[in-house]
Amino acid sequence: MAANPSLTTDEPTLANTFSKGLLEENPALRQMLGLCPTLAVTTAVTNGLGMGMATTFVLVCSGVVVSLLRKAIPSSVRIPAFITIIASFVTLVMMLVKAYLPALDEALGIYLPLIVVNCIVLGRAEMFASKHGPLQAAADGAGMGLGFTISLSLMSAIREVLGAGTFLGVRVLPPFVEPMIIMVMPAGGFAVLGLLIAASVYLEQHPRHKHKVVKRSTQPSASLCAACPINCGIGDPTNEECAKDEFVEMLEAAVAAAKKEKEGDA
Amino acid sequence: MASYASILFSMILVNNFVLVKFLGICPFLGVSKKFDSAVGMGCAVTLVMVLAIAVTWPIQQLLYAWGLEYLQTIAFILVIATLVQLLEMAIKRYLPPLHASLGVFLPLITTNCAVLGVAILTIDEGYTYPEALVAGLGAGLGFLLAMVIFSGVRRRVEEAEPPEVFQGMPITLISAAITAMSFMGFSGVIDHLFGA
Repeated sequence: MAANPSLTTDEPTLANTFSKGLLEENPALRQMLGLCPTLAVTTAVTNGLGMGMATTFVLVCSGVVVSLLRKAIPSSVRIPAFITIIASFVTLVMMLVKAYLPALDEALGIYLPLIVVNCIVLGRAEMFASKHGPLQAAADGAGMGLGFTISLSLMSAIREVLGAGTFLGVRVLPPFVEPMIIMVMPAGGFAVLGLLIAASVYLEQHPRHKHKVVKRSTQPSASLCAACPINCGIGDPTNEECAKDEFVEMLEAAVAAAKKEKEGDA
Repeated sequence: MASYASILFSMILVNNFVLVKFLGICPFLGVSKKFDSAVGMGCAVTLVMVLAIAVTWPIQQLLYAWGLEYLQTIAFILVIATLVQLLEMAIKRYLPPLHASLGVFLPLITTNCAVLGVAILTIDEGYTYPEALVAGLGAGLGFLLAMVIFSGVRRRVEEAEPPEVFQGMPITLISAAITAMSFMGFSGVIDHLFGA
């Protein structure tokens, strides 16, 4: 998937580019990207927010730079080039956080430099920023970053309230409620994320819960839809029409071929 | 000797990279569907982790000597990416059977946070060179252990029928939560065994 200049002709509006990262293509909950920090730092709301903002900063800055350099970078060395650009901004964030927010630096620890290998950042650089102009790339980075921050905050809010009984460090649960320590332990992280994703799937399958018609993300099932003869664009594996898998299709094709042969014989 | 054993086992069981430290979640969830690929990925990660530490630890000493500590992230990620590329070429050239089984996993490891994570972690912990190598081996074996256990769990989960909204990722994450819970039981073991 090299940078293809012909793709730049059909530019979506900035608002669309920005908003699709919030819900439709939310990195953590829908695209399952960047799960390591999502699980690791969400034990307290401040950590989640801080991590989300640091990632947003890196996403926007690296998006703009990658987009500005997209014609200058030969496609054969683009991945190392992107990684270098991203690593530079991560180093910048690390220095800023260390200087102005030492407590956050302490809390995030090793996960701050690991923004470099966060699949969202490299993924957006490769899939979006290297094919669009700097303004579009900035909007995309901001949207994805905000979506990531929202999901991190949501997760850390759930885990902090249930696991420590506090929200942003202030006690919210009445004193007779014992906090569930397991929620701030690793096992709780997996469980909360699993439940959140299940909830987002539920909201998507039951349209009356939606305020606006959110277009279904075709990301995970694009290949399924391409293979499906009906090509309804819904990409719903639970839909019988859509759930035809390759085996069934092969079978049907074979039956059709056999029928044709018989007709030809007759 | 006891300190090495303590580092090794604490990396495998107590500070398990996947289930306790949440590093390398993408391959953990992505490649753990089949037992064979889980083992292949685990072995490849172990190999790359040890090699990465063997290279990055001396580099960090150079950075200290030159006062360039802030370049750690950039230097490490580039060195690891290059290392993985070279390793793939070398294995392809000299050990074709190994390439057939591990080769496909190597490119995936370049941007795996577990490898960069273990390199930075050993520096932060202030390990000596042999200690750092043992820590890398432990982290890799811990990753392998988690992958193998979880691929077994997943095979059972595939056969079960969870509620519709839980199908796919959610049920996988919840079974990962239960697997992680079992690892919580190890947290006191090392202290008692080695008195560390």
